[in-house]
Amino acid sequence: MQNEWKFTAKDIAEKPDLFMSGHRACAGCAPATVMRLIMKALRGPTIVTQATGCMEVVSTIYPYTSWAVPWLHTAFENAAANASGIEAAIKMLKKKGRIKYEHVDVIAIAGDGGTYDIGIQALSGAVERGHDFLFVLYDNEAYMNTGIQRSGGTPLGASTTTSPAGEVIPGKLEPKKPIADIMVAHEIPYVATASPYYWRDLITKVRKGLEVEGPAFLHVFAPCPRGWRSDPAKSIELSRLAVETCVFPLWECVNGEYQLSVPSKVIAMAPQKKKPVKEYLAVQGRFRHLFTPKYEKLLDEIQRITDQRWQKLLKKCGIA
Amino acid sequence: MKSVVIEQKTLALNGDEAVAYAVKQSDVDVVAAYPITPQTIIVERFSEYVANGEVETAFICTESEHSALTACLAASLTGARTFTASASAGLALMHEMLFVTSGCRAPVVMAIANRALSAPINIHGDQSDTMAQRDSGWIQIYAENAQEVYDSVIQAFRIAEHPDVLLPAMVCLDGFQLSHSVENVNVLPDDVVKKFVGVRQFPTVLTHEGKMAPLKLDPENPMTMGPLAFPNYYFEFKRQQEEAMKNALRVIREVHDEYAKISGRTYGDGLLDPYFLEDAEIAIVCLGSTAGTVKTVVDELRAEGVKAGLLRMRTFRPLPVEGIKKALEHVKAVAVMDRSMSFGGFGGAVFHEVRHALYDLDKKPFVVNYIYGLGGRDTSPMQIRTIYEDLQEILAKKRVENPINYVGLRE
Repeated sequence: MQNEWKFTAKDIAEKPDLFMSGHRACAGCAPATVMRLIMKALRGPTIVTQATGCMEVVSTIYPYTSWAVPWLHTAFENAAANASGIEAAIKMLKKKGRIKYEHVDVIAIAGDGGTYDIGIQALSGAVERGHDFLFVLYDNEAYMNTGIQRSGGTPLGASTTTSPAGEVIPGKLEPKKPIADIMVAHEIPYVATASPYYWRDLITKVRKGLEVEGPAFLHVFAPCPRGWRSDPAKSIELSRLAVETCVFPLWECVNGEYQLSVPSKVIAMAPQKKKPVKEYLAVQGRFRHLFTPKYEKLLDEIQRITDQRWQKLLKKCGIA
Repeated sequence: MKSVVIEQKTLALNGDEAVAYAVKQSDVDVVAAYPITPQTIIVERFSEYVANGEVETAFICTESEHSALTACLAASLTGARTFTASASAGLALMHEMLFVTSGCRAPVVMAIANRALSAPINIHGDQSDTMAQRDSGWIQIYAENAQEVYDSVIQAFRIAEHPDVLLPAMVCLDGFQLSHSVENVNVLPDDVVKKFVGVRQFPTVLTHEGKMAPLKLDPENPMTMGPLAFPNYYFEFKRQQEEAMKNALRVIREVHDEYAKISGRTYGDGLLDPYFLEDAEIAIVCLGSTAGTVKTVVDELRAEGVKAGLLRMRTFRPLPVEGIKKALEHVKAVAVMDRSMSFGGFGGAVFHEVRHALYDLDKKPFVVNYIYGLGGRDTSPMQIRTIYEDLQEILAKKRVENPINYVGLRE
């Protein structure tokens, strides 16, 4: 990896927006903020490809577009296969002298449905083949574009339209699939998690993902006020709370070596700073039913799983 | 044919190898594929060309056919010449992406070694797989023999990439009958094919920045491809695809004629390949390798004084409607052969189309349907002869008793 890219807030503010305003995302949409931050990290010629999902539909309504870079959408399950084709084409066209670019970065972007569920086959195949691209998962924890249906990324206990909290079932019965660890298991050079509250960390990780040779995977936490039944003004605060409760710890895995990122390292070093999961859950309508006598036991279970996963992560990072 | 025909060497190739050889010569930038019988030999041979440094092609062994076509589509939109191959279940898995590829106007070329669809699972030849995709917006060319397979693949790149067309194209070869049967194939020299296919050209379009730029994903001229179109625009995109198909009718003929000048080989006019049809009273319409068997029977019948003929449809999409009308308007009884079924419909897909095309004729021939060869079942010259005899009987009785018939079926 090259020397770490240093930047100031002013640098970022002055960089032109390549994900432009005028798109039709909802008020308080964190994924839209994530798109903007991703595009602030570019280092040169770049092609972006995107799976079907919220960010695709809000930003490319014909004849308009929010993208100031070449951008491609073809279907839901195949963002990584798009990236494979683009990357292979660029390399061969360059070899044959048919394009002038020394290098073109390729970024594939997908939501949780397009990554955890329908997109995982193409993603697994593309990284196994070693294509040089960055895959960014913006995780809003359900199929929000189609109206809040559960995905493999939906957390335990969340009420969605296909895992509704009912009289006998307390919302989703299964915890989130550990997608970033699954990507680490592919032994790719770079895997990381990020949250838009920690924007500097996020931009840095996008840049690192572009700089490594070979596949990189970035899992970005992205609150959705419509789906989470949360205050649209609080999406970025929720992005912080998820990290502070260790629901969504921030880490990097470079060539198989796990390392906590600063916001989570702070908590690892001073465990009293770790906030209870309840604080995070209480401000979201999708968990409202967990605060009734009938289902409150699940709160303990969510706390237990969160702690267990945090401990596992600390171990991987050589802490504890 | 003029004597500018280029000297060619003769190779013993099966249909799959003929495909791989044509692709090797066509300066393809990206091949992405997934193995499936009876297409496998195509990707195996091509892998060898890659491994031996005989081609400058990025070869992506994807984890599924869905990703194979996706990768070709994305590479094509990035400016690469692309190729893939599949069959049966593989083509069915590509179904979604077939429509996206034609909708994105990506000139991907694909060879299909036609094979039956499950269930029951069957690896042998029939045309159920490609017929099921006839509305996917792809050009479909059906070859009669390994030589035509080779010629058609080379032509397909020129047709698909033509600025008036810009549509993906399938070259279909009957599974096993063509894919695995070794024949003599005359091949053009490498440099001649390379010159014939040329370097891919791009139409110039107006970008959102108000610049004129080549239509591809290019960081210097950012374009948004594969956007969301609401009811206010979607319909126009689809109408343009239909226009491109209409243009393809002309371009297929032009490319066929230009290729004939260097190769010395013609297949009718590139769309329809008639055999003893001019004065025929009874005729068979079919596509693919079965035409070879039919020709043998036509020869026999002609020797016996029977005015039998054949219309082989080389191009099924776009459908050469005017050509079909002209070719069959004087014929009194026509048997259309389908190597697939359209369950619950009135006969097979080719029957639907041919009978439909003839509806506007003032004097319509009798048109009957013969479904044959499903799951690789052999169709013999004797069975073909029976079909011609049925047509003679229809003419004698002046009526059709069985519009839909099954060849060589246990009933």
